Amino acid sequence: MWALRNTRLKQVSKEAAHDEPIGNQRSESPLPDQGGLFFNTVKDHVKAVDGVSISIPEGTTYGLVGESGSGKTTTGKAVMGLNPVTSGEIYFDGNKLNTKGKSVDVRDDIQMIFQDPYSSLNPRKRVFDIVAEPIKNYHKRSRSELVPEVLRLLEKVGLPPGSLYKYPHEFSGGQRQRIGVARAIALNPKLIIADEPVSALDVSVQAQVLNFMQDIQQDLNLTMMFIAHDLGVVRHMCKHIGIMYQGRLVEEGRAEDIFSNPQHIYTKRLIAAIPDTDVDEIESNLAMRRKVKEEYDQNFVDHLDEEGKAFPLQPVSETHRVALPVKG
Amino acid sequence: MSENLIEVNNLTTSFKIGTKYFPAVDDVTFSIKPNEVLALVGESGSGKSATAFSLMGLHRKARIEGEVNFQGQNLLEQNEGKMNKIRGGDLAMIFQDPMTALNPLMKIKQQIVETLKIHNTKSKSDRDRYAVELLERVGIPRPDRVAEAYPHELSGGMRQRVVIAIAIANRPKLLIADEPTTALDVTIQAQILDLIRELQDDLNSGVLLITHDLGVVAEMADRVAVMYAGQIVEVAPVRELFKNPKHPYTRSLLNSLPSEDMLGKKLHVIQGVVPALNKMDRTGCRFAPRIPWISASAHEENPQLRKIADDHFVRCTCYKHFTLEDGSEPDVGVEEYQIETGVEGGSAR
Repeated sequence: MWALRNTRLKQVSKEAAHDEPIGNQRSESPLPDQGGLFFNTVKDHVKAVDGVSISIPEGTTYGLVGESGSGKTTTGKAVMGLNPVTSGEIYFDGNKLNTKGKSVDVRDDIQMIFQDPYSSLNPRKRVFDIVAEPIKNYHKRSRSELVPEVLRLLEKVGLPPGSLYKYPHEFSGGQRQRIGVARAIALNPKLIIADEPVSALDVSVQAQVLNFMQDIQQDLNLTMMFIAHDLGVVRHMCKHIGIMYQGRLVEEGRAEDIFSNPQHIYTKRLIAAIPDTDVDEIESNLAMRRKVKEEYDQNFVDHLDEEGKAFPLQPVSETHRVALPVKG
Repeated sequence: MSENLIEVNNLTTSFKIGTKYFPAVDDVTFSIKPNEVLALVGESGSGKSATAFSLMGLHRKARIEGEVNFQGQNLLEQNEGKMNKIRGGDLAMIFQDPMTALNPLMKIKQQIVETLKIHNTKSKSDRDRYAVELLERVGIPRPDRVAEAYPHELSGGMRQRVVIAIAIANRPKLLIADEPTTALDVTIQAQILDLIRELQDDLNSGVLLITHDLGVVAEMADRVAVMYAGQIVEVAPVRELFKNPKHPYTRSLLNSLPSEDMLGKKLHVIQGVVPALNKMDRTGCRFAPRIPWISASAHEENPQLRKIADDHFVRCTCYKHFTLEDGSEPDVGVEEYQIETGVEGGSAR
């Protein structure tokens, strides 16, 4: 069963005029050329996410990787229904999500974990209120019914019952991210979109949160979309990975496909750019990085169409698709 | 043996919480030579940035003790006017967050020229030209245009380059880089690190690199100092530290990284958290509460940084008895060490 089928979306950002310069800018321009900075005039529309298709089988984790501005968060938010979708369809459990008028109510099945555990929790609310809020939104519960429910959730994420009436500032970063997860799983969701859940954390705490997200996923048979820019973390967490560049997927496949057999020059560059802790390999890594950079500078244009966008994905093996130019 | 560029002796920086002072940097001693990169690693709250800010004299309300010898003077004894001459001149800092390190109301060029003005006497037109040159130097395309822009018009990577341009404007002898790439994407991170390396070669400067990314450390550093709870717990040349880490904290940190060998396995987690400044037990080994399965007798009563090999220093004796919680050896480094030193433990293989 596919939890999320044929997610195809295309999104037009109306704030293009004062947004980051994305789209048809092959040259590295540091300044937005669109003008209209102060008057909010819409001069042009930019496709923040352009013709992306992803499907995630139930119970698995899909990693979406790319640099800032590549559209990975926009994709995640579109699935959440937080961004308008211009064209394309999002299917969840066989139901189309982005229909006008009668909408299928699956919102409580999809939840999000946010990047920064320091700013995504309301500092003036107590843990009880933070975790109980989604439940209150969807179900009628009295306070006395909510307390055991919240306690059960806290236990699941490994927080002591004494946390119930504490405020977020009384917790460490890792614990706060646990509160965020407790809130996300409060409604027994089927799909969780984790947007850079460990980027703000130290390695030791990162290890804690990653382990614990895997546990929760197994316990609840969750499907996860894991958005991150750290390829090491993505490799650890995800079976399938998609690499985004300027709103399009440039490569997609199993983790092994992407890491041992990267095809697109952009993927190669991303992988070569990861600093390695193996001190024996430093020189060869740096040499490799320089080589890939050269290849990238020379050939990158060939990997894009006239608009400066990636080509449509083509299969190179059963599990591996790459955006390479059509030959001939 | 070249002269040390900077010598930090017994630096202690204490912050006031309530009515008492608590040391966030506790008796820290290190030195950096010209053209050397010393990396300072540790979790947040371990005192890395507090150390950097103490060297720069940017802690106004803290109580700072010890000595920081730089170019024949103790920086901790200089008055504000003297420090203003040194800061941004021979001693410069790249700040962590390019979003807040720049003044949003000043054009990029003005912000660079501001540093130049304080430290040299070039004419105005020279300064303007030099500012654009600096922007070009740090790899900003169309530098003349960027010079006239405001920070909000630039992306994060570009802003970080501007911050670096300001830091190197007066060809510093010592560059303090506080998490210079934490806010950036990997491809841009690689470019920025290249840039720092290049500048360091050009100017023969020393670099104090503060980061929690061990990959960046392995690539950039000549020597590494690991900090925990305000103290340096281990110092070693970079190769030695990654191949033959000793202190339980260093080994735990290295062990908690996701790697190829850990695919499909649980990552190693360090129990507990870095203790809060005012709740820290300052007697005995400070890392002991996070490895409670190691018996108390393994720790020193008053742990000192001791030399265990050339240039390799470790605090406390607990490293000799360290195993993971389940009794297994942490799989970082140990094997390689045995091969390197020829001690193969009597094994036939």
